[in-house]
Amino acid sequence: MAKILTKGLDLWYGSFHALKGINSSFEANRITAIIGPSGCGKSTLLRVFNRMNDLIEGVRTEGEVLMDDKNILSSDMDLVALRKKAGMVFQRPNPFPLSVYENIVFGEKIHAEKVARDRLDEIVETSLKCVLLWDELKDRLSESALRLSLEQKQRLCIARLLAVKPDILLMDEPCSTLDPQATAKVEELMRELKVRYTIIIVTHNMQQAARVSDDAGFMLLGELIEFGKTQDIFTAPRDKRTEDYITGRYG
Amino acid sequence: MKKIKELLIEKLILICGLASIFFVLLIFLFLLKEGLAVFKTVSSFNFLFGKSWYPISEPPALGILPLIMGSLLVTLGAAIISIPIGVGCAIYIAEIAPLKIKEILKAGIELLAAIPSVVLGFIGMVTLVPLVKTVFHLPTGLTALSGAIMLAFMAMPTIVSIAEDALYSVPKTYKEGALALGATHWQAIWRVMLPAASSGIVAAVMLGIGRVIGETMAVMMITGNAAVMPNSILVPVRTLTATIAAEMGEAVVGAEHYFALFAVGIVLFVISFAINVTADLFLHKRQ
Repeated sequence: MAKILTKGLDLWYGSFHALKGINSSFEANRITAIIGPSGCGKSTLLRVFNRMNDLIEGVRTEGEVLMDDKNILSSDMDLVALRKKAGMVFQRPNPFPLSVYENIVFGEKIHAEKVARDRLDEIVETSLKCVLLWDELKDRLSESALRLSLEQKQRLCIARLLAVKPDILLMDEPCSTLDPQATAKVEELMRELKVRYTIIIVTHNMQQAARVSDDAGFMLLGELIEFGKTQDIFTAPRDKRTEDYITGRYG
Repeated sequence: MKKIKELLIEKLILICGLASIFFVLLIFLFLLKEGLAVFKTVSSFNFLFGKSWYPISEPPALGILPLIMGSLLVTLGAAIISIPIGVGCAIYIAEIAPLKIKEILKAGIELLAAIPSVVLGFIGMVTLVPLVKTVFHLPTGLTALSGAIMLAFMAMPTIVSIAEDALYSVPKTYKEGALALGATHWQAIWRVMLPAASSGIVAAVMLGIGRVIGETMAVMMITGNAAVMPNSILVPVRTLTATIAAEMGEAVVGAEHYFALFAVGIVLFVISFAINVTADLFLHKRQ
């Protein structure tokens, strides 16, 4: 069953029609990549799933987005619950200007009714272990997160997210500021995480999409041109425009 | 010819640049020269911690503790009032207010900063002072509290505009990150944006306090000017600044009283200097 289902999803920024009738379905425990040239609306689509677009003034959405059969676009949707369930990793790693420790327990502190001190240590350890940072950082927990390397920062952001216990990970070009080695590590991490989470990744890097994803969608000018198994899209695209893009004719 | 002209202009600008430092140095030296002379007659300990200020009695009593306490009391009161309101106002402007209200508020704050202190003092004298008198059933409304309230209005524009600036320059990604983790708007402000802007906010507070401690005219008009040790915030006090302003005109040049007033100036100078340096440290820490 689909974890996220979009039905006739349209989105406007003021008068600009950014998403045009998107129908798609994202499966649980798989990595789905959304690819396409810059400005095609892929990040916008991702930001529909945790309603981050709400922060921008003049955004209007129509259609349905069902997450576990619940329409998240309805006006009575609890945004806190939604964002807890569908966490986001941003293009630029954005750890808070707090210590490593405080970054990770942030989620617990804002969501727990009552924060149990001893539970926090446990959360920090398990979250950091999940992103394979524990050994590197266990002695630097009180250091400012801003002093970490870019890759460590991005991993920390993922750890911070996992501590909230989401269902779905929305990744908006999570590797675009990282070097190839760091990228490989983050990709490996994604493969490990997909056992437990539904992952949607937006990327302009087609090799990355081919390497890491199970399903893929190609977007162009606000339309979802093609959606299917990654293998099919990369080896036998049905649409001429998809073929042109993945063979590097534009983009 | 061109070379000489260049050289000349360069030197001229150099002189302009050095002039400000030169004048500050001169002022400071003059202050020291005149002020330190008082310590020939009174020890620095008795000067700073003496509890009575009767400069024209015979022999004069030159203890400035009541004046220091007066300044501290008024400043502390003003800080307690202006910091929460000022920082709250900054948060509202930076984060919550819709664009239109934001513009109006910012203009309002600037206008508040533009009111001359003597006008504020005058308004305080005819409105606030009687109010304090009736509310607290006091013999006079000319109290430290009245001064503190009035000075809070003076500190607020500084606090609001610098704190707002600090909050505004917090990267938007911090807020996005917090919201994406399911934080409410207030949680994002309280747990991420305020800590991120903390050094700028501290600097804002320090500069606001710096303005309060140096203020003279309004406090002289509404604090009652009694140079006695205050035992509550509801009694008249006299501040360091008001003392100099009120007494300098009648002090005999070269007399102990005259030197003592300069020494009060040194104390004031040291306090404001310390506050400004602290504020500066925090501002630079931010960058």
